[in-house]
Amino acid sequence: MIEFSNVSKRYPTGHEALSRVNLNVGEDEMVFLTGHSGAGKSTLMKLIMLMERPSAGQVVIGGRNLNRMRAGQIPLHRRQVGVVFQNHQLLFDRNVFENVALPLRIAGYGSREIARRVRAALDKVSLLDREKVNPITLSGGEQQRVGIARAVVNKPPLLLADEPTGNLDPELSAEIMKLFRQFNEVGVTILIASHDVELIRAMDCRVLSLSQGQLVYDGFLV
Amino acid sequence: MSKDPQSLRGAVQAKTKFRDKFTAWQLHHRQSARESLGRILQSPLASLMTCLVVAIALALPTTLLVALNNLQILGDSWDANPKISVFINVRAREEAVRQLQKDLQAFAEINDVEYISPEQALQEFQAMSGFGEILGFLDENPLPPTLVVTPVSSIVEPASLKTLAMKIGEKPIVDTVDLDMDWVRRLQELMVLGRKIVTALAGLLSLGVLLSLGNTIRLAIESRKEEIIITKLVGGSNGFVRRPFLYSGAWYGFLGGVVACILVFAGFSSIKGTVANLAAAYQSQFFLQGLGFSGNLGLLAVSTILGLMGAWLAVGRHLSEIEPR
Repeated sequence: MIEFSNVSKRYPTGHEALSRVNLNVGEDEMVFLTGHSGAGKSTLMKLIMLMERPSAGQVVIGGRNLNRMRAGQIPLHRRQVGVVFQNHQLLFDRNVFENVALPLRIAGYGSREIARRVRAALDKVSLLDREKVNPITLSGGEQQRVGIARAVVNKPPLLLADEPTGNLDPELSAEIMKLFRQFNEVGVTILIASHDVELIRAMDCRVLSLSQGQLVYDGFLV
Repeated sequence: MSKDPQSLRGAVQAKTKFRDKFTAWQLHHRQSARESLGRILQSPLASLMTCLVVAIALALPTTLLVALNNLQILGDSWDANPKISVFINVRAREEAVRQLQKDLQAFAEINDVEYISPEQALQEFQAMSGFGEILGFLDENPLPPTLVVTPVSSIVEPASLKTLAMKIGEKPIVDTVDLDMDWVRRLQELMVLGRKIVTALAGLLSLGVLLSLGNTIRLAIESRKEEIIITKLVGGSNGFVRRPFLYSGAWYGFLGGVVACILVFAGFSSIKGTVANLAAAYQSQFFLQGLGFSGNLGLLAVSTILGLMGAWLAVGRHLSEIEPR
């Protein structure tokens, strides 16, 4: 599902965020990406989202070579990748329902189908009774769950999560992780960037570790 | 050829998918149109200001243009058929004048030749000038026989009229040929100049509308930056992001156009009575023409297109700068 071959990313400032990274994440896998801040986690995520282009090497997602993707094809690619952000990135000018419905509206679903899918996603994150409220009134954990519902409402084969539990207490974090595991069990490939070692250890998943832009560890924590 | 059910299904699927996409596209257009109108109406005062800027900038050249059109109508009615007065030598015999009338009638450039005898001319002059009694004291009629020549309608330019007048002037019994063209020519040239000025003015003011609406849309884009970034992150195409802003521009243009139509209508209505009185005082059938149905429609179309173009300018410049980082 995710293939990096010899991928380097050098920013115009000269900073090399990733250098010659090789990795392969198969379908149905759930993988953690760790490393100190500045190790290149975000850059790796951005390359998958096509928010950045690699300076060298190839990124292939779901069999599609991103290097060959033209600007016009980027939106279609992003619809295949669900993203959960650390700061939720919710819109406070509309209610929970509309926040979750955004990817479906973009993809052009009819309103009945949108209602069905949004409710299913909200049900999944146990927020069905909150669809009419403004997300600003929700707690941090609830906002994050709205963000997750939005990321999965379009049923993407790949889900990225950038520090999804960064601002949450351990109990809420565990709850969020349980959700990710459930999605993984129905076949969604999941890549979670996190530096919460305790949490990662508890989840018992494959771990990719970055340090100064290089992949320094790939395997299960022992 | 055998029918492969697999490929048939594929074709049907592709077709429905296209139809779905088209329906979704239509749906988003409707949503964008409704939503952007809703946003405009949400802040009525600020929106009214924007619409007024558009309206005033468009009403000004429109009013001038309509005024020019009215002048043109007035000029045309006075000068639909320019006439040439041919004054014959007083000593010419009537048969000679009649012969000349026939000769002139044969000219290809001439439509009609009317003969006004000295007696007829005197009667008309007495009736119209109010000098009737004084004229009675004269021993003999001082007025010459006159031929009033109406050229064919295709001859309107001053130059060809002048040529014709000169040709007539060469006839032996003709004394003078009077072609009072100067005021017609001046009016025509003034009209051309007026049109040029109004066109330049309209161009400048349209540019103003374009820029001011572009600025309004730029601010709207700026204030919805976060939404644009998130939309792009979850796979919104540039077209999807652009659409509501283009509709906003079109709405501002359209609403500004409506206000402009009202302004022009109000302006002309307020002077219509005065103009009618003035025309009546000059025994003229002239009445002031407003913008008319097609004029109003044209103004609305122009204003809407200007709004759309202004939005397009802003969107093209600023939307591509907003990318998720």
